[in-house]
Amino acid sequence: MNEQDQVIRNLLNSNGLEVSDLQQRLASIYSGAIDYADIYLQHSTNESWVLEDGIVKSGSFHIESGLGVRAIHDDKTGFAYADEVSAMALQQAADAARGIAGAGESKQQCVLQRTEALARYPALNPLTSLNEAHKINLLREMDAYARALDRRVVEVIASVSGSYDEVLVLATDGTLAMDIRPLVRVNCTVLAEQNGRRERGSAGGGARLDYNYFFATAEGETDLRWQTYAKEAVRQALVNLDARPAPAGTMPVVLGSGWPGVLLHEAVGHGLEGDFNRKGASAYSGKIGEQVASELCTIVDDGTLHDRRGSLSVDDEGTPAGYNVLIEKGRLVGYMQDKMNARLMGVAPTGNGRRESYAHLPMPRMTNTYMLAGETPPDEIIASVKRGIYAPQFAGGQVDITSGKFVFSASEAYLIEDGKLTAPLKGATLIGNGPDAMRQVSMVGKDLRLDAGVGVCGKDGQSVPVGVGQPTLKLDALTVGGTD
Amino acid sequence: MKPELSDLNNELADVKQAVADAIAYSTKLGASAVECALTRSRGISVETRLGEVDTVEFNQDGALGITLYQGQQKGSASTTDLSPAAIRASVEKAFDIARYTSPDPFAGLAPAELMAQQLADLELCSPGEQSADYALERALQCERHALAQDKRIVNSDGASYSSHVGYRVYGNSHGFLEGYLQSRHAMSCSLIAKQGEAMQRDYAYTVARRTDELWTPEQVAELAVQETVARLGARKVATAKVPVLFRADVANSLFGHFVGAISGGNLYRKSSFLLDKLGQRVFPEWLTIVEQPHLRGALASSPFDHEGLATQDRTIVDNGVLQTYLLTSYAARKMNMTPTGHAGGIHTWELNQQDQSLEQLCRTMGTGLLVTELMGQGVNLVNGDYSRGAAGFWVENGEIQYPVEEITIAGNLADMLRAIVAIGNDIDVRHGVRTGSVLIEEMRVAGH
Repeated sequence: MNEQDQVIRNLLNSNGLEVSDLQQRLASIYSGAIDYADIYLQHSTNESWVLEDGIVKSGSFHIESGLGVRAIHDDKTGFAYADEVSAMALQQAADAARGIAGAGESKQQCVLQRTEALARYPALNPLTSLNEAHKINLLREMDAYARALDRRVVEVIASVSGSYDEVLVLATDGTLAMDIRPLVRVNCTVLAEQNGRRERGSAGGGARLDYNYFFATAEGETDLRWQTYAKEAVRQALVNLDARPAPAGTMPVVLGSGWPGVLLHEAVGHGLEGDFNRKGASAYSGKIGEQVASELCTIVDDGTLHDRRGSLSVDDEGTPAGYNVLIEKGRLVGYMQDKMNARLMGVAPTGNGRRESYAHLPMPRMTNTYMLAGETPPDEIIASVKRGIYAPQFAGGQVDITSGKFVFSASEAYLIEDGKLTAPLKGATLIGNGPDAMRQVSMVGKDLRLDAGVGVCGKDGQSVPVGVGQPTLKLDALTVGGTD
Repeated sequence: MKPELSDLNNELADVKQAVADAIAYSTKLGASAVECALTRSRGISVETRLGEVDTVEFNQDGALGITLYQGQQKGSASTTDLSPAAIRASVEKAFDIARYTSPDPFAGLAPAELMAQQLADLELCSPGEQSADYALERALQCERHALAQDKRIVNSDGASYSSHVGYRVYGNSHGFLEGYLQSRHAMSCSLIAKQGEAMQRDYAYTVARRTDELWTPEQVAELAVQETVARLGARKVATAKVPVLFRADVANSLFGHFVGAISGGNLYRKSSFLLDKLGQRVFPEWLTIVEQPHLRGALASSPFDHEGLATQDRTIVDNGVLQTYLLTSYAARKMNMTPTGHAGGIHTWELNQQDQSLEQLCRTMGTGLLVTELMGQGVNLVNGDYSRGAAGFWVENGEIQYPVEEITIAGNLADMLRAIVAIGNDIDVRHGVRTGSVLIEEMRVAGH
């Protein structure tokens, strides 16, 4: 049985529903001033296991299942949802959502057509890919491994989590799309102690695959993936044991490759989401075709990468994910769109319509956002800085899309003096303005790397998994907020 | 369309029975102890933008969580599907998980003798009108008023109104089974102002358990306008060490970090900058903080915590000296202490010594930074390092000079808490910690 039929069986048939029942319900909404309506069904299960103090303290399992009905008239949205999948729940939600516009003549729906999108990840169920004893054993091995790496490691918190998500979207534009989305993640956090000082290090990774991912070696590595996370967590904690207060003021900043791409995600990505731009609320609104970054910058949002945490075969509106160029050689060329904002702005949807669950409304969201590689070897970039900061790891960040202001906290940073990395730094916060910072990019490395698969993006209270990435790059001037 | 308290009470009785059934089923399977929590809420959230309806959302959320023990082994499961079959499946899953977790000598329910008894009605539920028309009218009224105030307001990010009622039930195998109704109503307005090419966005909101405690739509609108327009023309300041005044709506975050630092989880993990500080001075000696969990109708009031423990009035800080940690029963067993009823968070905290207005605090500060927004996550509770993005106003000779943005403020939390010079009387009651603006003697400001 193919996976689309499997989703129909699990989400509909097992609840006594057929595709035709959903079609009829949708037809009952689609009248008068309603421009578009859709039904979203979801069933997801997820689990997590956590080790701390050397023992597996907790395990948890969560079931989430329900349906959401949305009706749109112009730029107005009516939305209702139910935490069960049944004909009754469907009818109640549909009636409530329909209330957004007055009644009128029925409209002809498009002929339903199954969306044939390329699968960007396999239809696996991670939860059953490894038995419970092996999941626990992974945590115990990671604990022992991390402690054996250095005797200054005094505590290890290891976790493994996985989710299995089946979704179905049926819309008045004829969309009928199904997707099976696996997602796994392993994380290792260590506390290291030296002369009474305690510092933390944390690392992890994941993918839209099953747990076997962690028992394989990454390309060009000899360690298993879970071993690389433990090593990285210990390394970061030890570096931070010797870190001294970061300087304060404006200076050149070199961002490392991979996860520091979170800065692009915040400083540029959110400002290029269609909803903010339709409303004229973004620092990038009305700037299509304009030079908004240095010519060295080409930035894309790419949901098509295989097995990546931020990837999607189809988005939550049934649009196949895409490779969308946002900024090309510094010029703004496109926004990320869901169906409603695309329609209102007169462009095509880009496969970025995402929602946290059936109980949330879709909106334009990022998938995997990264800057393409440049030509400079990364060591030349560091060597070019007389006095500044090198930041290869970040704890997270935040942006105000209207003013363009962003803030990031480095979890690993070094002082650069005369082209060489000298002291490790703690407490370095970077603050800037998206458009200004992107004009400050003066060197781009040839070492494009994507993050290890840990990103979670929050917008309007909704969380979705995302990927980020970039090569090593230099910003000529950025404000660093340290205490020294 | 206003939900009736009697209907909600009937529903509460039904779900209490569902929780009792889940507990009984766990025991029947062989669990040695079990606890179960169920929350539900329903209501409406609407948003308007530029005088038109933007979204109308009918909310209906619920979840049941079960944790059971087999000896010292623990398993948890939760479900949003509250049908009897799904609840039984969750119990079975939790039971299964408990076979694989490790025995943890500190695992288990909170002590039976500390369970809450004879619960007072704290008046936590006051249903409001939940029709789309009513909610939309409130939001439209608010936004319309805002857009008419100042021509520098060129756009709107929307106004919202929401009204929710629901309940929370908790039961465990000590025989404890209690629940209470709760409500929450809120209104907000978010605006965009423009000057030259630069845009600024800001917002205002009101939230309360009773609709008659909400600010009027006009009050929300006027505050949102004032906040947004005041940001226009913001610039950086020079890097320097200066006094910093946290306005009341951001000052509560400082106490939030303090809450984290005295919470059991961070203490037994030795991940707090306030380790072993019980009985020691951590604030200036004039500062006293008391917790009052039973204030009627307060947002952070609760008759019992997430483990069924009785909440009670408590002095947290007395004349600057730390009087208690915040301990769940697990943390308490780890630390060989008594649980404090803080599973699920703190209840209303009130501070003394709040006698100056914000204007007076500015004069006390003389020259320095008034902070009205904080950004980013640059707070390290392990060592107290603090470095966050900020926006606000530059103050000279006690008077606001100009708006400031794109700067960071940095220091160490342990030092910052001790360096509090004064707390204002402009108390923000929307948060669990009811504080006014907080003046700190000196911090490092990074700009150009």
